[in-house]
Amino acid sequence: MEPIRTLRSRTVVLAVNDIDTDQIIPARFLTTTTREGLGRHLFADWRFGPEGAPRADFVLNQPQSSGCSILVAGHNFGCGSSREHAPWALTDFGLRAVVSTQIADIFRNNALKNGLLPVIVEPDTHRWLLEHSGAEVTIDLEARSLTLPTGETARFPLEPFARYCLMNGVDELGFLLGREAEIAAYEARRAQA
Amino acid sequence: MSAPLTLFEKVWRNHEVVPESAETPAVLYIDLHLIHEVTSPQAFTVLRERGLRLRRPERTFATMDHSTPTRTEQVFGGAPISVEAAARQVRELERNCAQFGVELLGLRDARRGIVHIIGPELGLTQPGKTIVCGDSHTSTHGALGALAFGIGTTEVGHVFATQCLLQRKPRTLALNVHGKLPAGVGAKDLVLAVIGQIGVSGGTGHVIEYRGETIRALDMDERMTVCNMSIEAGARAGMIAPDQTTFRYLAGRPRAPQGEAWEAALEAWRQLPSDPGARFDREIDIDAAALEPMVTYGTNPGMVMPIGGTIPERSGDAVFAKSLAYMGFAPGERIREHPVNVVFVGSCTNGRLSDLRTAASVLRGRKVASGVHMLVVPGSQQVKREAEAEGLDRIFIEAGAEWRESGCSMCLGMNGDLVPKGHYAVSTSNRNFEGRQGIGARTLLASPLTAAACAVRGRITDPRELL
Repeated sequence: MEPIRTLRSRTVVLAVNDIDTDQIIPARFLTTTTREGLGRHLFADWRFGPEGAPRADFVLNQPQSSGCSILVAGHNFGCGSSREHAPWALTDFGLRAVVSTQIADIFRNNALKNGLLPVIVEPDTHRWLLEHSGAEVTIDLEARSLTLPTGETARFPLEPFARYCLMNGVDELGFLLGREAEIAAYEARRAQA
Repeated sequence: MSAPLTLFEKVWRNHEVVPESAETPAVLYIDLHLIHEVTSPQAFTVLRERGLRLRRPERTFATMDHSTPTRTEQVFGGAPISVEAAARQVRELERNCAQFGVELLGLRDARRGIVHIIGPELGLTQPGKTIVCGDSHTSTHGALGALAFGIGTTEVGHVFATQCLLQRKPRTLALNVHGKLPAGVGAKDLVLAVIGQIGVSGGTGHVIEYRGETIRALDMDERMTVCNMSIEAGARAGMIAPDQTTFRYLAGRPRAPQGEAWEAALEAWRQLPSDPGARFDREIDIDAAALEPMVTYGTNPGMVMPIGGTIPERSGDAVFAKSLAYMGFAPGERIREHPVNVVFVGSCTNGRLSDLRTAASVLRGRKVASGVHMLVVPGSQQVKREAEAEGLDRIFIEAGAEWRESGCSMCLGMNGDLVPKGHYAVSTSNRNFEGRQGIGARTLLASPLTAAACAVRGRITDPRELL
């Protein structure tokens, strides 16, 4: 995984609460056996009309969204199923961070493993972001901060190990494989008990 | 004397390979890893790319349920699986399990079924175990006192390669349920009411322990329904302390301990319930005696009300309005007596034998209303056989419902079982998200009793009218 230290981008705003993973990528696209190419199905039922034509009224189809890598979404983003296809679709589409007041547990875990930053901000910052679609913001992992164009900076929580992995491109599987001695000792303890 | 611990804390502590620190999450050992065709292929690919094997293949167990067909001719009759990509997933799981030495209950296996139905049914699910699966409804297994939660595909790969996961310890939430559930009100109504009360994100970051005399009085099938929908409140997992009901359920199941090992297991399981005085991070009380049959009216499980209620008004809430517009409902509207097009009984939430008995008790001697399509899908092949041995299949078929092979079916639109656009489906499944059961499908979640009553009358019906 590529190390990530800072991310600077304009935002795209989807002011809907409780966006579930069935909206992010509907189940009918989960019959794939690879993780590539899912961006074309991102928000499929919101992005495209019945005949498959892009809906002009959906924000990701609008020209100002082009090149934006930070999604600002309503409260409780990513609730529902555990499908990792959701962060795969978001990153394949070009998104690198999701900003909300709450992000569902399994989605957040999956996002972190795919270099997609889950950024939880306080309601005041969130409200500002919702009202200023397209604002250019900077996310700094070292400082765990999100800086608005006004110069105001909001801090966000990020589990230290996840931050370390993101900033150094460390893969958690490699870390776990490195715990082989402890795992073997645990299994031996259990076998004797 | 050591500090009193909760059920969750005991299971967690027993599985710490390395406890968490400020810098690193805990390395948590996983006793049982359940996999299925949809969220495992990419994890097997990672093993191949990195030249890794399964560390403990005997702790991983595979079945196929999500994208598999439920039509008998496609399962047993040699007809091709109608969804071609699903057929590829089935073949890929067969290949992966053969190559990596994983036990698979394949498409025609008599023990196959929805992963969360067959784990307990086979006795693989046991108190005190850590259980994971690439599926959010893994919370179901917590009904037996296991710590069970859904994971993504990357983590499926972690468990394959190391039998462990990196996890931060969640917080605990005690959900104390008191009072007797009234007639016509079941476990599904209870959990829908819980979600309505705490909201779809109210449990985020928490493991819920369901406690109190109402929970103790539930049978195992009902407890599984409750724990199953913990994720719909955003919780990481749901748990219920093991007791005599749990032990009676497990005794003699094929993968449960036998003989001396059973006695030793019982001794260990009896230590698991939360100690008196154990502290939870949060506590919530629910009065079961005040509950009514529940039904959802919107596009998430928290948008739920008593079946005779009126849809709330939330002026200025554009998202709420959009949700109601999708459903074709209006604020202030009653949905009782609203016409119904489809009724689905099944899923990991309500596809067990007692659910089918409940639905059949309403349909016995009655007919599915004209114009209503009713689909009854057993949660496993074993549930199917047991239902058929009792003649439940005849009751459903004579009433005009379809009776299928087991699988996730109409709970999620990826296996060919779909609700047509714009149709109203009363469903015993777990999610009423937009498009969940098919593009434009309008889902109303309810209990098996309510679903069957709606099928008979062709309208949203309080099941107490038919008791």
